Amino acid sequence: MEFNENFILGCSAIGAGLALIAGIGPGVGQGIAAGHAASAVGRNPGAKSDITTTMLLGQAVAETTGLYGLLIAFLLLFLKPLLP
Amino acid sequence: MARSILLSGGADIDFMIHGVFKYKLFGQELWITTTHVCLLIVILIILGFAVAANIVMRRATEIPKGFQNVVELVVEKLDGMVGASMGKNARGFRNYIGTVFIFILISNFSGLLGLRPPTADYGVTLPLGVLTFILIHFNQFKYQKPKAIWRDMCSPLPPWLPIWFPINIISEIAVPISLSLRLFANVLSGTVMMALIYGLLQKFALIWPAALHVYFDLFSGAIQTYVFCMLTMTYVNNAIESGAE
Repeated sequence: MEFNENFILGCSAIGAGLALIAGIGPGVGQGIAAGHAASAVGRNPGAKSDITTTMLLGQAVAETTGLYGLLIAFLLLFLKPLLP
Repeated sequence: MARSILLSGGADIDFMIHGVFKYKLFGQELWITTTHVCLLIVILIILGFAVAANIVMRRATEIPKGFQNVVELVVEKLDGMVGASMGKNARGFRNYIGTVFIFILISNFSGLLGLRPPTADYGVTLPLGVLTFILIHFNQFKYQKPKAIWRDMCSPLPPWLPIWFPINIISEIAVPISLSLRLFANVLSGTVMMALIYGLLQKFALIWPAALHVYFDLFSGAIQTYVFCMLTMTYVNNAIESGAE
């Protein structure tokens, strides 16, 4: 079965949009980390800089899964692996 | 192809790697790309800094002034970072981690100069990840006995039942890939975002993109540099310490 090139490009765009659903996970995860960091600063304001560093490190690692989704979206949109 | 970018007004949006010129080596066609050029500029910047630091430190004074302050601050901060996370094993790794840190940091910041950051090319970040991988396993074999490594690789099950061995191998191989992909995807997303803003909002992108540059280039770049170095140090420290027990 032959597909039109435009059809494949449109389906790639839809796939890229679906791949970015992966952004939900890091959003929730980073929010939880920031909330716990805020309550930790409330309990122990002296350790603010340590808590901030740890929080940023954890958030940057948690971001990775979302970035994988973003990479897939970029691949689909700009490198177009599905075109014959 | 005419339909090169799938967005409206796509002719102005440009964040891809371009070839500058090509040459033939052993019958293979190789390209010098914009990544190489940007990498060269970054290396020249770092070299200039190193030469200036060398000149200043040659006639260093007891009470630092001017540029000597900056050099001492950088060295002190990097030493402190490595020392804080590696403890007594930090001695051999200060040079390596400091070099990698400065290189990735200047690479990420080079987006401010209008360059395409070299770290937004997977060919730059994968070697960094592979270097970390080699460092981990070199130190593992240096500080641990082969028997302990084998027990580690079969870890949830006893050593005479290596069912878990292939899964542990995969998790070891995932380390450099996830390290390099994290850095690459972060810098690439910043580059693409700035290219979209400058391409699609050409008439309105006057002064406010500076704030986005601060976030995507400075903040995100610094955080990712720190994360890369921290994770490298943590993995290497684990490889050394689990043998000492």
